[in-house]
Amino acid sequence: MSELIIPTMAELLAKGEEPEILFWVGCAGSFDERAQKITRDICKILQHVGIKFAVLGTEESCTGDPAKRAGNEFLFQMQAMTNIELLNAYNVKKIVTGCPHCFNTLRNEYPGLGGTYEVIHHSQLIQELINDGKLRAEGGESFKGKKITFHDPCYLGRANNVYEAPRKALEVLDADLVELKRCKSNGLCCGAGGAQMFKEPEAGNKDINIERTEEILAAKPQIVAAGCPFCMTMLSDGIKNFDKEKEVEVLDIAEITVRANGL
Amino acid sequence: MLAQLIFLALSAFAIYLFGKNVGKIGRNIHLGLPENRSDRKSERLKTMLWVAFGQSKMQTRPVAAILHLCLYLGFVIINIEVLEIVIDGLFGTHRIFAEPLGQAYGVLIGAFEVLALLVLVACVIFLIRRNVLKLRRFSGTEMTEWPKSDANYILIIEILLMSAFLTMNAADSKLQQLGVAHYIPVGTFPVSAWLMGILPDSSTSLVWIERGCWWFHIIGIFAFLNYLPYSKHLHILLAFPATYYSKLSPKGQFNNMDSVSNEVKAMLDTSYTPTPVAAGSTFGAKDVQGLSWKNLLDSYSCTECGRCTSVCPANLTGKLLSPRKIMMDTRDRLTEVGKGIDAHGVDFKDDKSLLDTYVSREEIWACTTCNACTDACPINLDPLNIIVELRRFAVMEEAQAAASVNSMFGNLENNGAPWKYAPSDRFNWATKE
Repeated sequence: MSELIIPTMAELLAKGEEPEILFWVGCAGSFDERAQKITRDICKILQHVGIKFAVLGTEESCTGDPAKRAGNEFLFQMQAMTNIELLNAYNVKKIVTGCPHCFNTLRNEYPGLGGTYEVIHHSQLIQELINDGKLRAEGGESFKGKKITFHDPCYLGRANNVYEAPRKALEVLDADLVELKRCKSNGLCCGAGGAQMFKEPEAGNKDINIERTEEILAAKPQIVAAGCPFCMTMLSDGIKNFDKEKEVEVLDIAEITVRANGL
Repeated sequence: MLAQLIFLALSAFAIYLFGKNVGKIGRNIHLGLPENRSDRKSERLKTMLWVAFGQSKMQTRPVAAILHLCLYLGFVIINIEVLEIVIDGLFGTHRIFAEPLGQAYGVLIGAFEVLALLVLVACVIFLIRRNVLKLRRFSGTEMTEWPKSDANYILIIEILLMSAFLTMNAADSKLQQLGVAHYIPVGTFPVSAWLMGILPDSSTSLVWIERGCWWFHIIGIFAFLNYLPYSKHLHILLAFPATYYSKLSPKGQFNNMDSVSNEVKAMLDTSYTPTPVAAGSTFGAKDVQGLSWKNLLDSYSCTECGRCTSVCPANLTGKLLSPRKIMMDTRDRLTEVGKGIDAHGVDFKDDKSLLDTYVSREEIWACTTCNACTDACPINLDPLNIIVELRRFAVMEEAQAAASVNSMFGNLENNGAPWKYAPSDRFNWATKE
C-alpha cells in the first residue's frame, strides 16, 4: 500500500478544499496506543477506497461524553459548544467516528446545541463500502473458517440500534461467526461505560469485564471483534486475566478489514 | 331494595376513595419538574398500543409472558362481567345480559370461565415461582418483606376473586336446575359445572352460597381497586401513560440541560444575556422534586418485576446498584413527601432526601449507563435517567465525586482529553507505526 497520508482540516482549508468526510478520531484513538493503531487502520481504509477525508489533528478535543455520563453537564456543554464552533467554521457536513461514544454524542447530543451533522460509526462506513462494492475481503489475510464473535458496544447497539453494520464487516470474511449468549440488544456491557473507564469499580464480587470475558471464552472464538476503544481495553484486559491472549485475539472491525484486504 | 342501597353506597364509597387516592398520586407526580413529552403523538400512541396493550416486550421471557397474558386477558375481559354485576347490583336484576344476548350469553360466560380458570392457574404458578422455586429475579436487597407480601397479596386476591366467580356460577346453575325463581335458566358453564357436585343440594344453602360469592366478588373488586394506589399492581393502569410518554429519542441520548446551556453560552459569549433562573432550582436532583414528572410517573408504574436488575452489569457482578431499587426508592420517597404534604401543607420539608437517605452514592456511581435496564423494562421505564439526575446533583451542586472522576474532569477541562496528555500531542498517532 502507498504511503499513508492524513490531511488535516486546516491543511485542506489552506488549499481551499473541503473533505467528503471528517474522521473524528476521539481521545482514545488519539492517545491510547492500542487504539492509535485502529485509528491508522481507519485512515488506511479511507485512503484505500479513495474517499477524500481529513482529521482535526491537534484542533480536536474530547466530545465531552465522559463528563456528561458522569453528571458534569457544564463541562460537557463547554466542550460541545467549543467543538461545534470549530466544526461549523470548517463547514463540516459528514463525520465518521472511531468510537461509539463520540458517535453517540456527536450524533444525538450536538444537534440540540447547534451542531447538526451526518454522523456514522466506522463500522457503518465499512458496511456502506461493502454494500457499494468498494471494499471486499481480498488481497490479504484469510479469515476463512476462523471462529469469530462480536461484542456489541452499548453505545453503538442499544444506544443507537446499530447491530447489523459491524456484523456485515465480518460476514464478508467467510469466517465461522458465532454469537455470544448475550448479544445485540441483550448484549452485556464491557464495564467501561458511564465514565467507569476513568475510575475504580465499586465493591462487588467480580469485575464486569471478567463476567463478559468468561462468556466470550465459553464461546471458544479465535477472534473477538470489537468496535469501541474502551471495549477493546476491557476485553483485552479480561483475556489477559485468563492468560488466553495466545488463543483469543481482540481485534477491532477496522483492523480485521485492513488485514483481510492487505492494506 | 336494601341490598340495592347497600350496593350503591359501597360502589360510591369505593369510587370516591379510589378517586381521592388517585388525585393524591397525580398531585405527587406533579411535584416533579416539567418536561415536554407531548410531541410526536402518533408515534406515542403506537408505542403505547404496541408495548402496553400489545405486551410486545414481555416475549423475551416466554413462560412469564404466557402466564402474564392469561392474567392480562382475564383482567380485561372478565371486567365485562363486572359491568353486568354492577347493573344487577344497582337495579336488583339477575344476569341482565342473559335475555338480550340469548344463546351468545352462555358462550360469553363460558369464555369468562375459561379465562378465570387460566387466571387461577397462572396465579398459582406465579405463587410457586415466587415462594417455592424462589426465582433469583424476585430477590435482592430491595425485595424486603412488604414488596414480597404485596406480590403475594395480589396473587391471592386474584385467586379468591376467580374462585368466588366460579363458585357463584356453579351455585347459579344448580339453582336453575332446581327451578328456583329469579334464577333464570341459562344453562351450565364449562368450568363451574365441575364444581356443582361439591355444592349442597338445598336451595336455601345454594342461594346463600350464590349471594355470598356474588357479594364477595364485587366487594373484593372494590377492595382491590382501593389497594392499587398502595401497591405495585398500579402498573395495570399506569403502564398505559408510562408507555405513551416513553422516551422516544435514541437510548444513548441524554438530555441537554437548558439551565446549563444558558450559563455556558454566557461564559463563552460575553454579549449573551442569560435568562434568569427560577429561585431554588438546582442542577440535577437530590430529592424527588428535582426529578421530572415522568421520572415520578415511572416510579408509580414500576411493578418490581426485576427484569432491569437481572440484566444490570453492575448488579450481576455483585455491586450494590439495582435499577429496580432506584424505581422503588423513588416511589417510597415520593409517597413519604406526599404524606408530609397532606399533614403539614405544601411547604413540607424534612431532613431526608432521595439521594443519601434512600439511594446511596455507591449505587449511583456503579452505573455504566449501558441502557440494559431501560431496554429490559416491559413498559419502557427509565431508571438510568434518575441515576444521571442524581449524579448531576452530586457533581454540579456538591462537587462530590471520586478523586479519579474529578481528575478526569480536570484533564478534560485542561487538556481536552480525559487523560493527562498534552493537546499538542494529540496528532502524534499519525506519525507512528
